[in-house]
Amino acid sequence: MNKRIFAGAALLVLLSGQVLAQEGAATLYEAHVNLHDIASVQRGARVFFNYCAGCHSLEYMRYERISQDLGLSEKQVLDNFDFNGAKFGDHAISSMPAADATKWFGKAPPDLSLEVRTKGENWVYSYLKSFYLDPSRPVGWNNTVFPNASMPDPLWSLQGVQTAVYAAAKPGEDAKVEKLEINQPGLETPEQFDRTARDVTAFLTYVAEPNTYERERLGLWVLMYLVAFSLLAVFLKREYWKDIH
Amino acid sequence: MAHSNEIALQHPGGESGEVDHGRRRFLTVTTAVVGGAGVVAAALPFIKSWEPSARALAAGAPVTIDISKIESGQMVRFAWRSLPIFVVNRTKEQLADLPSLDPRLRDPHCKETSQQPAYCQNTWRSIKPEWLVMIGICTHLGCVPDYYGQIKPEPFDPHWKGGFFCPCHKSRYDVAGRVFQGVPAPLNMVIPPYHYIDDTHVRIGVNPKGAA
Amino acid sequence: MAAAPDAWKPRNKALVWIEDRLPIFGFLREHTIEYYAPKNFNFMYFFGSLALLILVNQIITGIFLAMNFNPSAADAFASIQYIMRDVQWGWLIRYMHTTGASLFFVVVYLHMFRALMYGSHKQPRELLWVIGMLIYLALMAEAFMGYVLPWGQMSFWGAKVIISLFGAVPVIGNKLVEWIMGDFLPADATLNRFFALHVIALPLVLLLLVVLHLGALHTSGSNNPDGIEIKQHKGADGKPLDGIPFHPYYTVKDLVGVGFFLIIAAFIIFYQPTFFGLFLEHDNYIPANPLVTPAAIHPVWYFTPFYAMLRSIPSKGLGVLTLFSAIAVLFFLPWIDRSKVKSMRYRGAGYKIALAVFALTFIWLGKIGIGESTWIGDTYIARALTAVYFVFFLFLWAYTYFGWEKTKPVPERVTMHE
Repeated sequence: MNKRIFAGAALLVLLSGQVLAQEGAATLYEAHVNLHDIASVQRGARVFFNYCAGCHSLEYMRYERISQDLGLSEKQVLDNFDFNGAKFGDHAISSMPAADATKWFGKAPPDLSLEVRTKGENWVYSYLKSFYLDPSRPVGWNNTVFPNASMPDPLWSLQGVQTAVYAAAKPGEDAKVEKLEINQPGLETPEQFDRTARDVTAFLTYVAEPNTYERERLGLWVLMYLVAFSLLAVFLKREYWKDIH
Repeated sequence: MAHSNEIALQHPGGESGEVDHGRRRFLTVTTAVVGGAGVVAAALPFIKSWEPSARALAAGAPVTIDISKIESGQMVRFAWRSLPIFVVNRTKEQLADLPSLDPRLRDPHCKETSQQPAYCQNTWRSIKPEWLVMIGICTHLGCVPDYYGQIKPEPFDPHWKGGFFCPCHKSRYDVAGRVFQGVPAPLNMVIPPYHYIDDTHVRIGVNPKGAA
Repeated sequence: MAAAPDAWKPRNKALVWIEDRLPIFGFLREHTIEYYAPKNFNFMYFFGSLALLILVNQIITGIFLAMNFNPSAADAFASIQYIMRDVQWGWLIRYMHTTGASLFFVVVYLHMFRALMYGSHKQPRELLWVIGMLIYLALMAEAFMGYVLPWGQMSFWGAKVIISLFGAVPVIGNKLVEWIMGDFLPADATLNRFFALHVIALPLVLLLLVVLHLGALHTSGSNNPDGIEIKQHKGADGKPLDGIPFHPYYTVKDLVGVGFFLIIAAFIIFYQPTFFGLFLEHDNYIPANPLVTPAAIHPVWYFTPFYAMLRSIPSKGLGVLTLFSAIAVLFFLPWIDRSKVKSMRYRGAGYKIALAVFALTFIWLGKIGIGESTWIGDTYIARALTAVYFVFFLFLWAYTYFGWEKTKPVPERVTMHE
């Protein structure tokens, strides 16, 4: 009886916190990343290395590891992802000198090895989709997910150029962005671009934790073993405890 | 129920007074074996974690060296897996003297297959006769021998035909890295896997195509 | 007592030889086969042995992590990624350690709560409780220093905030903070000394305290859900009538607990290693940056109840005092609670309600401590909950001192619930 009261009350406390937590956060799109869709991760890698890797490094990610985990040959990886002449065993470091980057963008582009671990899949996915033209910014671009980001839209040629539709400003406040519209179409339809953004997110999710595949595969065996062991332990306990009354 | 266990312990099995010892032993042994297997399996990742990491493997990846600047009779050191790689451009004279040393060596015909790849099991212990590519580590206790290339009497050997002398414990090797008799070192120095990309570039760490 | 331990000899001759010189097997026997534990332990009694299991896990995985970790401000963060990506099975070893750390606190909190449920802290086990509290303190220090080692943003700012608590000490506060850090902010020196303390000093202290804890337990004997002293009813052979040998009965039973615990632990390690950002926090994957504080700065979940108290009080000195008092007051619990009845099964409704309220207060404070602190209402709730936390002890004293508690008759012998 007491236990039930405890459990119920504990649940209530947990839920109350959950509701509060959700109210504060910005609305993000759901990324629906599927790491087991290897083709998606591979496509994401290609887009990343063609559009992002010029500025952003994957400081902790080795090309060789990408090849092992995503089932690509050494040649495929070096030809498609390595534009700096790095060795197969090297980390994927961007070729942009940090000093130049600081001069051009105000600060060096961050390393993206752990981006998904810090910000989450949905944030990265939404961020990629939420660039818009904003002449008031030094690089000419802004982003609704990360306002005043000092980075131009890397994928504008695919997505097209978005502009903001502002809500009517309240007196004394800046106008808020109500929604984004594609002003000048890109190479991909909105549906295709959603897939591209999801692919890049999937790749970065993989990069943030390359042990995922091995971990989940092994976990199943470990759990099956532990269930079997626990069952044995239950039988053993029951057998011995026949003595006790 | 609550007050009857004093009997139970003197008569395991409780009221019926009987314990199925077979079943009990079977379950105990099975659980111990299954649990033990689990502990062993859990120990494996810890043992494996001592193997070279991806970083060590990447650092130990094959290296390509340029041998075009090495003059005849000269030795240059390179590094592969942090090991000293001796590359010697041997002179005609040095090569000519090699067979004459056979009686003074422990293993003149390189019978010990662990010390060189099969494609280097020859008089020169190399792919091209003049070019020696070798891990410059004494097989005694791991010091790095010095190169004494000239054919002239040395303090440690009046009949010296060129080769390597280990300063640690005075082991001597000829210019093919073959160990002399009467020194502490047991084996010839190790020839790494390597092949020629072209006439002036050698890739160390990879066998030639077709060679095991 | 049963036959004196020195009367017993192993059967094997080689073992007798050892036993004559060092009675190790007799000692083990005395504390397993000849240790009589009450036969009515329930589910809540798993957590002691589980805590021991986790301690062993932390030590083994910790040793292997230390082999690849680089305790310097420049390289610590990268060396964690080296462990996670380059060292073979490094990810598994690290996740076992990080998950183990959090589950250690889960298990220890449940273990402590069990003591409050059945009065295991009460006479004659006061010292057992005090040693247990010391273990809890050492564990908090150990966990805190361990959390600093990855040198991410949460490591750095957690270290900074927690060390700054000592700045509230009158007169020497600022000097003390500097002395602890060995610098003017958490830096290389701090990381190095925390590493030494985390891997050597505190584990030694913990092991010693655990030995003392077990020694005290085996002196007074285990309590049980009925809160009865089984030693008061002994059979003709001198064994407690309600006791059963720890081995094999509780070893096989604890094995069941271990099995189920490992299933939960493995599920977290393999499928939810960050545990939704609670066990491994998202912001700790950003390298430490002394110039930028993360948006939500808070310690790991197991400290947040105390942290919420600290944050809710609008005075640095008073806040720190509250935080340390909240922990210190637990040491005195055996003397605050004066009830002769141990188990809540036979105690007054007031105790059960107060204990439930206390537990919920603790959880709720933890919830607030970990949340974003922007909502002003949380501060007032936290203040109220802090008050409730301390009122619990006051109430407990008054409730038992003035005889307000209506206890039920305690049975003579233990009861079994299947």
